[in-house]
Amino acid sequence: MGLKRYLVTRGLTMFGVLMITLLLTISLVGSNMDTILKQGVIYQVRSEITENTTIAQGFNNPEEFEKFVQQKIDERVKTLGLDTPWYSPQRLGYTMYKILILDFGNATFLTSDSGSSNVGDIIFEKMPKTILLFTTATIIISIIGIVLGAASSNKIGSKTDRITSTFAVISSSFPVWWIGMLMIFVFAFMYQIFPARATPSIEPDDPGYILALLYHMALPVITIVLIGFGAWAYLVRNFMVGIMQEDFISAKKTIGISKKKIVYSHALRNAAPPIVTILALSLSGSLGGAIITEAVFDWPGMGRLYFEAISVMDLPVIIGSTYILTVLFLVSIFIADLLYGYFDPRVRTSS
Amino acid sequence: MGLTGIFILSGLILVSIITISVIPSSTFQEWNNPEKWISYPKTSVPSWVNFLSSEKIPEHKIIDAEIFQSQENGIFFTSQQFGVIFEYDDFPSDFIFEMKTKYSDSHLIQIKVIRPDGITLELLSTSLPHSNSETIHNQRYFSTDSMMMKNLNLYKDDFQFDFLSDTTEIIFSELNENKIQKGDYIFIIDAYGVKEPLDVIESKMVLGGKAYGLMGTDELRRDLAIGLLWGTPLALFIGISVSIGSVVVGLVYGVYSGYKGKKTDEVMMRFNDVIYALPALPFLIILAVTISNSIFLMIGFLMIFSWVGIAKVSRSMSLQIKTRQYVEAAKIMGQKDSKIIFRHILPQLLPYAFASIAISVPAAITTEAGLSFLGLGDPSFPTWGQILHDANTYGAAAQGFWWWIVPPGILIAITGLAFVFIGNALDTIVNPKLKR
Repeated sequence: MGLKRYLVTRGLTMFGVLMITLLLTISLVGSNMDTILKQGVIYQVRSEITENTTIAQGFNNPEEFEKFVQQKIDERVKTLGLDTPWYSPQRLGYTMYKILILDFGNATFLTSDSGSSNVGDIIFEKMPKTILLFTTATIIISIIGIVLGAASSNKIGSKTDRITSTFAVISSSFPVWWIGMLMIFVFAFMYQIFPARATPSIEPDDPGYILALLYHMALPVITIVLIGFGAWAYLVRNFMVGIMQEDFISAKKTIGISKKKIVYSHALRNAAPPIVTILALSLSGSLGGAIITEAVFDWPGMGRLYFEAISVMDLPVIIGSTYILTVLFLVSIFIADLLYGYFDPRVRTSS
Repeated sequence: MGLTGIFILSGLILVSIITISVIPSSTFQEWNNPEKWISYPKTSVPSWVNFLSSEKIPEHKIIDAEIFQSQENGIFFTSQQFGVIFEYDDFPSDFIFEMKTKYSDSHLIQIKVIRPDGITLELLSTSLPHSNSETIHNQRYFSTDSMMMKNLNLYKDDFQFDFLSDTTEIIFSELNENKIQKGDYIFIIDAYGVKEPLDVIESKMVLGGKAYGLMGTDELRRDLAIGLLWGTPLALFIGISVSIGSVVVGLVYGVYSGYKGKKTDEVMMRFNDVIYALPALPFLIILAVTISNSIFLMIGFLMIFSWVGIAKVSRSMSLQIKTRQYVEAAKIMGQKDSKIIFRHILPQLLPYAFASIAISVPAAITTEAGLSFLGLGDPSFPTWGQILHDANTYGAAAQGFWWWIVPPGILIAITGLAFVFIGNALDTIVNPKLKR
């Protein structure tokens, strides 16, 4: 199988997954969406009629008036296409088409910082913050992880190696958000070094905003790094140990190249493909975890937006964020696949 | 490592068994019923803190009455006595007498306290409400009662400091200055009746303090020790059932797919890819919100997202095993596919299955805890995540209620660690076999 064909099949699978995710999301929230939309219509029609007093005066008894209102509501429901259920092919197709072209409609309750209630605006305002936080944390984690992992694979069974392995196992058993709570407790209240809420209090157009943002970002980043780097170091170490047993390394050893040089330049280079792949995967994996982490630190990103949308059942926002999260997730899986195929030609040739 | 894991796990199982058999299940059903916890203190520290610090924080005490009854000259006399050993460095916040009695007619009530220095203070004289027929009556007397303050004012000359409005700061004080008098106090409720003796069904004194129990209490006065204890069997149940369920499903799915091969394999693996690519947490949240947050359904939802990886690995393993000669021999002999899979291939994967059951428990527990933390857990079960959710909503971190935050997280981590240790140990036993 050539690279082109490989890419096409992967791409098609991804698109299929995206469509299925979308369909699943819509079908899970669809019936709720219908009731909410219908209630919105009823409210709208009623307020329009009651505001216009002349209409009400034209009726003698309340029953007739009620009939008139109901008729108006039915008309409006029909023009909006709400008389057919959400799973009817036209409506489903229309909803999915709208989402595909990134038109998520308007949020029911939530607004962006600038006051817009367009779901697209809200999401694209929050997304950079999530990407900023998690990319920073992932980069720091991978640097520490690779250095520590290489160091411990250099001397298996040494103190560094044992401490790293133990720390990896222990740190990955703690939930990130719980460590977050502890960090807030210790570093924001006991010793007031960092702010407890990660949302900067100054306006975004203030020149000091970026500095304030970085300062507020410190506690979440430290927490994510603290929990994450151990597992990374352990992973890198295990890859390296596997590579160090390969024949070409033994050959290099017999030539007389120093072990340090073998570890840091030859072995590490060969461990790169799986490491890069996992880097891409963990970045996307952390996006899902962002929901809880951002809720703890009150970080104004996608995760907190998602959480807020869920708590007030703002369906357009939920659908939009799930879509965007899935797209991000799939794109990073795709990139991971590509990188793996690039680094390791065997993937392309055999299925 | 493996031994440590087994040691911790058996400890947790022991705790679960003790919890289920010893602690009345009403505490767990009424976890969210504020009525039940009314006589407990609000956000008090665990009482063992007193062992660590030189300043002794008054403990919250619930004292049962000792009842004495006698009859003299046609008067029925009933005395309820509460002994308090008070050795703390701060005044108790308040005290309440709660009694449930059965009587007819009426009874005269006198409340007094005998202090360590021998002085007796009359606190309250009152009577139970009159009733012609026999009735059951619930009565509470509070230390904040203004009558009690009035009565204490009669002793003003004995005390050499200005009275404040707090009765406990007078009752538990030295005479010469407003300082704690340590020692044994006896609180007495005397009842006098003319027709018949007072039948005391229930009687207790709640001495309000700032320290309570093994784990302290939360903002809603709940005893955290009970919540944490109930959380143990729940966490084990959630973790183990999710991991067993997903390993079984993943194993059968993967082995069948690998064994069948060709089109079946292709289709099944594409489906596997789809589930793999779904973002798990957002979907779990949507499922919890739209369908139900019942703990049993939640276990099912967690399974949906956790069998995928196991299916992938077991598929590749079954691809290897199916080329072995004994499997091919069985095939040629005309055995049914199901028989080959269940008799010849699956048993080979059992060691791997046990290792992955152990390894996937912590993820299930932390994910459930995370969902509960977001407030999407089953409210009728006090899980550790639920306790942390409450801690977060009541701002426990901001107010320094460390005993509310630290133990649940440590328990989650310890439980996870136990399974990781066992899983890793199993893995090292299993893996050399696989390499062969």
